[in-house]
Amino acid sequence: MSIRVKFFASLRETIGKAEHNLDAQNINTARDVWQTATDNHEQLPNMLVAINMEYAKLNDNVKDGDEVAFFPPVTGG
Amino acid sequence: MNVVLRGEAFDPWQELQTFQQGKPELAGKFGATSIFIGTMRDFNEGKDVQGMTLEHYPAMTQKHLEGISSEAKQRWDILDTLIIHRYGDIQPSDPIVLLAVWSAHRNESFPACRYLIEELKNRAPFWKQEQTEKGSHWVEHNTPG
Repeated sequence: MSIRVKFFASLRETIGKAEHNLDAQNINTARDVWQTATDNHEQLPNMLVAINMEYAKLNDNVKDGDEVAFFPPVTGG
Repeated sequence: MNVVLRGEAFDPWQELQTFQQGKPELAGKFGATSIFIGTMRDFNEGKDVQGMTLEHYPAMTQKHLEGISSEAKQRWDILDTLIIHRYGDIQPSDPIVLLAVWSAHRNESFPACRYLIEELKNRAPFWKQEQTEKGSHWVEHNTPG
């Protein structure tokens, strides 16, 4: 399964990368994506998740070709 | 319904004039224009702020700003909307966001404009990093209003 993973803002700095192309088996949920892409880094407080640019939950399923993003609370406007 | 993400400084008053001139079909139809302009302060939560960098998730930002514009059009009888939002390096006094709503009457344009800014702040994936004399830090939450 191939997943494009993105990290933004303070979370990008904490993880140390902006993007990660995941090519792995046994990935079912956004939580699996996080754990695999970050080498089991602890989840960050208030972390938000988007699957294909829609807000999602860590338990939501992902599929081959998805784009999964992790980021802190938004502060625009 | 128009959404623009800008990497350079913009003049909201000029943008409004240009937008309206480019929409001759609106002429005579609207009696109310409600606007909101968000401008960068030189202070935040007790700190002097010298500058700011706005990071965003481009495709998701575009998608969600178009989404809230559509929602506003479904909820209120409005004629058109304009959203311009900055990203990149921003200086105090620079406009950050311009929202405008055109409608026949103010009863529609005012709440729709308020809806746009509140939903933008809740949902659009932007992140502010402020620069102060002590260095830079990420803003962790928006002010309540």
